[in-house]
Amino acid sequence: MSVVLSAQGLRKSYGALTVTDNLSLDLHQDELLAVIGPNGAGKTTLINQLSGQLRPDAGRVVLAGRDISDQSMAQRVHLGMARTFQITSILPGFSVLENVALAVQARSGSSFRFFRAAAGQRRLNDAAMAHLAEVDLDADAQRRAADLSHGKQRQLELAIALATDPHILLLDEPLAGTGGAEAARLVALMQRLKARHSILLIEHDMRAVFALANRIAVMVYGQIIATGTPDEIRANPRVRAAYLGQESV
Amino acid sequence: MTNLFLLQLLNGAQLGVLLFLIAAGLTLIFGIMDFINLAHGVLYMVGAYVMASFAMLTGSFWLALGLTVPAMLICGLLLEFTVFRALYARSHLDQVLATFGLVLVISEGVKILWGSAPLTVPMPDLLSGSVGLIGPLKYPVYRLAILVVGLASALGLYVLITQTRIGMLLRAGASNREMVSALGVNVGRLFAMVFAFGAMLAGFAGAIVAPILSVDTGMGESVLILAFVVIVIGGIGSIRGAFMGALLVGVVDTMGRSFGPIVLRMIMEPAAAGQLGRTLAPMLVYILMAAILFARPAGLFGRRAE
Amino acid sequence: MRLMGRDLVALLLFAGFAAVPLLANLLQDPFLLVIATRMLAFAIAAMGLDLVLGYGALVSFGHAAYLGIGAYAVTILMRLGVYDIGLHLLAGIAAAVVFAVGTGAVSLRTRGVYFIMITLAFSQMAYFFFVSFSALGGDDGASLPQRSTLFGHDLLENDLWLFWLALGLLIGLFLVCRAIVGSRFGRVLCGARENPQRMQAIGFVPFGYQLTAYVISGAITSIAGVLLANQAEFVSPALMNWHRSGELIVMVVLGGIGTLSGAIAGAVLALLLEETLAGFTQYWKLWFGLFLVGIVLFAPGGVQGLVARIKLQIGSRR
Repeated sequence: MSVVLSAQGLRKSYGALTVTDNLSLDLHQDELLAVIGPNGAGKTTLINQLSGQLRPDAGRVVLAGRDISDQSMAQRVHLGMARTFQITSILPGFSVLENVALAVQARSGSSFRFFRAAAGQRRLNDAAMAHLAEVDLDADAQRRAADLSHGKQRQLELAIALATDPHILLLDEPLAGTGGAEAARLVALMQRLKARHSILLIEHDMRAVFALANRIAVMVYGQIIATGTPDEIRANPRVRAAYLGQESV
Repeated sequence: MTNLFLLQLLNGAQLGVLLFLIAAGLTLIFGIMDFINLAHGVLYMVGAYVMASFAMLTGSFWLALGLTVPAMLICGLLLEFTVFRALYARSHLDQVLATFGLVLVISEGVKILWGSAPLTVPMPDLLSGSVGLIGPLKYPVYRLAILVVGLASALGLYVLITQTRIGMLLRAGASNREMVSALGVNVGRLFAMVFAFGAMLAGFAGAIVAPILSVDTGMGESVLILAFVVIVIGGIGSIRGAFMGALLVGVVDTMGRSFGPIVLRMIMEPAAAGQLGRTLAPMLVYILMAAILFARPAGLFGRRAE
Repeated sequence: MRLMGRDLVALLLFAGFAAVPLLANLLQDPFLLVIATRMLAFAIAAMGLDLVLGYGALVSFGHAAYLGIGAYAVTILMRLGVYDIGLHLLAGIAAAVVFAVGTGAVSLRTRGVYFIMITLAFSQMAYFFFVSFSALGGDDGASLPQRSTLFGHDLLENDLWLFWLALGLLIGLFLVCRAIVGSRFGRVLCGARENPQRMQAIGFVPFGYQLTAYVISGAITSIAGVLLANQAEFVSPALMNWHRSGELIVMVVLGGIGTLSGAIAGAVLALLLEETLAGFTQYWKLWFGLFLVGIVLFAPGGVQGLVARIKLQIGSRR
């Protein structure tokens, strides 16, 4: 199985606090790799370094054999990497359709075009609508993004990420703050997505993680302490002691 | 030539310490409250006017200065209470508009109260006259006094910021606003205090400069923008940055104006050099600012460019 | 729907302007035409500012510099014996572009209060440059020998022709701005205003777009400078005083930011207010200042915000 994205010896510290401690991790083609761990383990910091929002103090990020450690977040998007944020990050004043159309625009043609109205461009709108349909938001296309429910905003953020045409998705707790039907809808969506994308997922909802993941990596204090299939992780005594504790999974 | 150089260096340093007195309060207000205050320059002007009035009433420079300082403190508290308090949580745009409005109100108010004609404040006998420096070089005592007082204030402020509990809070607040409120400090009172203190420093600067300048309504304007340049150069929220920035701006501005034409005369004909020098000299501090910003977007001592 | 409303406001404003010559004729008051021309020029400037302020959320406190750049382009070219308004406009725009690229590239590396202070400082730099440029009249400024010529004719000596030219330019530039904010480019600019982090995460680096918007904005404002120089037949650094930058922001906010037509309405409103207050008292700035403080403290969002709240009130009563 080929490795599409790998972290090699990443290290990041803030003063005396080491949040990423010589961390190495591989994401394989068309798998969903879940990274779990207690709060403060450094999971979001890891995604920030993979996506280019944060520079590691040491180590490399390698995308399909190519060192991208010096590339900015925007450049990495153009290499086929998209992410969502723990705290929903959308364009609140834009309509749902405009949110996604802008992401399509980022990957199709120059944006230094000043006169033709973007709202009427079929190429942008059709692609955007297709992505909205993918996340079941096509009915809400004309609504203001800020007016959507929290769960729908999470779906929208996924549609935005998909619209940049990525083969790697970095998802930072997509289920955070959602419940019941909303969560179930997002889980079903990720189930569909993992057939066509390589996904690195951070999530606290263990049921979702064990239902979705091909492999699971357990992170504690900035280090990966175990990696394996859901069954292996379930059975791993070190993981049970360090993280899963008394929870029955 | 050396004498002229020394003289201008002293003048520059003197402008620098005045700018520091104005910029010190302003940089704390920016840093701690993330608040842009365009009305800070008029406080300097008001300080000079209040000084002029008290000097006229009491006939004593020292008494007038003693009255002006607390009056400006009260003035700052009043402004904070009536207008600024409502603006902290607002957007920068709202702050710009409201404080710009305040500039208009106060400038016009000063014109109504004191008239448009410039005022003068007599120099105290104790500090009049000149003192010999090196050889034939003489320098006015009063200007030296301004320099000394300014440096003393800077030192006092430095001690206040680094050695006291309030100073610790201010430093913490300038770099991390949330932290101060998390410490359980009454943020409202801290803000009011910083504000009043800043107003007092600016007013004090206006008061001590009054005897060597003519007091008029325009005096706050150029100083405000130079203070901005100082803060941008030094880094928002940094007292040390404000001090270094103020001296740098004061010296560069003064030197540029006097030596710019002289230097240019070496490479071009005198008349053109004079014209070009006079035109370019006032731009020097801004070019300096641009250069520093280009290398360090957060200023010399700033931590962040947000 | 909302866009239609804004276009309607603009259309009404243009129609109102078009009626001014008739009104001036009826009332036998040529001064009306003078004020209206000034309003048109400031409307252009405010609209240019709105492009960065409203759509880019970049609070530029230095746009008066571009008024000055446009105006001095006229002075300087006339000294060189060039009188054509087309060339004046071209030179003003070219100078504005150069100044905007240089200062914008530095200013846009920063955010928030830094950006405000730096744009202010740069415009002050331009101000002092002209103040100390004694050959151009220095602090006192200098009169123009005549107004610009149009295709070799001195049509613009007639206030009416100058007025029509200004109105034509305003309408043309409104259409240009309207196209820009709705274009691909405009979307990226607005996106960066809404959420810069999200823009990076979909692959945009806002800097280039913001700088381009800043340059366009400066160029448009310089056109207003060319018109103001012609209207007054006099150019002085007072045109680029930092108070003027503040007034431009006031205009944009009064009419409601990020709407273009609001900037035009705001310019009209602000100048009307100035004229009216100045008619009552020589200390009109005091009242204007109080008005500003009041607007911010009690009516956030400017007139547009007021209108929105009134609509809401009426709506909730039904």
